[in-house]
Amino acid sequence: MKAMKIKRFFITAVIIIAAYLLQCTVFSSLELAGIKPNLLIIITASFGFMRGSREGMLVGFVSGLLADIQFGDMIGFYALIYLLIGFINGLFQRLYFDEDIKLPLFLISISEFVYGIIVYFLTYLLRSDFNFLLYLNKIILPELIYTIVITLVLYPLILFINHKLEAEEKRSASKFV
Amino acid sequence: MKKKNQTSATNRYLLAGLSLFCILMMVFSSFSDKVSGPFKVLADYTVIPLQQGINHVGGWLGDLSDNFETLQQLRAENEKLQEQVDSLVTENSTLQEERYELERLRELYQLDQNYSDYEKTAAHVIGKDSGNWFSTFTIDKGSDDGIKADMNVMAGSGLVGIVVETGPSWAKVRSIIDDSSNVSGMVLSTSDRCIVSGDLSLMDDGQIRFEQMENNENEVSVGDQIVTSYISDKYLQGILIGYVSEVTVDSNNLTRSGYITPAVNFKDLQEVLVITTTKAGITGESQ
Repeated sequence: MKAMKIKRFFITAVIIIAAYLLQCTVFSSLELAGIKPNLLIIITASFGFMRGSREGMLVGFVSGLLADIQFGDMIGFYALIYLLIGFINGLFQRLYFDEDIKLPLFLISISEFVYGIIVYFLTYLLRSDFNFLLYLNKIILPELIYTIVITLVLYPLILFINHKLEAEEKRSASKFV
Repeated sequence: MKKKNQTSATNRYLLAGLSLFCILMMVFSSFSDKVSGPFKVLADYTVIPLQQGINHVGGWLGDLSDNFETLQQLRAENEKLQEQVDSLVTENSTLQEERYELERLRELYQLDQNYSDYEKTAAHVIGKDSGNWFSTFTIDKGSDDGIKADMNVMAGSGLVGIVVETGPSWAKVRSIIDDSSNVSGMVLSTSDRCIVSGDLSLMDDGQIRFEQMENNENEVSVGDQIVTSYISDKYLQGILIGYVSEVTVDSNNLTRSGYITPAVNFKDLQEVLVITTTKAGITGESQ
């Protein structure tokens, strides 16, 4: 049981780091109209509704912290946003079924949209930049659409990994009974 | 049921704890840079080596595709370059002449500071901002290589940005097209000063904005060079920022503003030069 936990921990860590690295290296050169998708939101939200609030929270915290360390002005800013997004997505775990892609897609899009709005409010609006519509059209919505497209590819992959792990966990749990 | 309540309670404690941690870190790190020190070392061991690796692979693939460029293209380019060399040689000789004159005049005025030759060190860009809101990037050299905050960063002949933070083997650079970046610039030909600031809404067009240039009799036209000015306390003097692409007189009739096309192509920035002398270092020495 313990070995399974460690395995899950490592695989989760690898997923986070892989998503983060893809985001700041590969996807920086795959920008469409200067916009790149937000893989970290996809990871955070999916872990939230797949595995519950706690894992969503921790995954969000770690991915936000990575972004903070390398690119943020303050440590903790993005970490807090992703943390809350992970937690709130975790509250939807009860409604979540594997076969259904509508709810994940919906939750990820909402998370991404809310993330865009929060970042605008806390960084641009506080510098008295009131041109909300411009940023909505130029950054938030394109990022949302691009992220949804990437979700369609990335989400089945995360689902597949999660299935594998859960099956293994069940097997090792039944051994002990 | 009881167990479920328990887990949701611990979840809530965890949420409160981590949120508090984030808020405290935000407060501390806005007061002092030291807080982020341990985190930077953490990044040094986790993501930076991987980013460097990915960057190497990307560079190798890029080289590979470059090799497929046809011979003909190269020949045409060679011819063009040859012409350029010829014209540059003539230009160079006139410039040489002027340089001797300048040296004589410098001696006359006893200006011992020479702004044109700064010590530089090359670095690779290994990662770009994970979001779309700001334009910062990381390079693969840090405090262990002698990089410090406030060092100016160039690519080719133009200004790219400034080092804002350093980790042991990496540094964060804020580019001049970032929405929160402001640089004091001046028109090379007339020495009129202006403020050059990045703008997210202009980023697609690859332009930056300048404003607060005095509306005097000096004519500023499209194509004029804008360089960093002498009054900035962080940017060294005389680094090319870009070329004026549009200039208008403001409605107050006192100032002019407009747009600049940066000398650097920020879209595919791979290698940058970090100037290892800082403005503070130069002004400190001369005192």
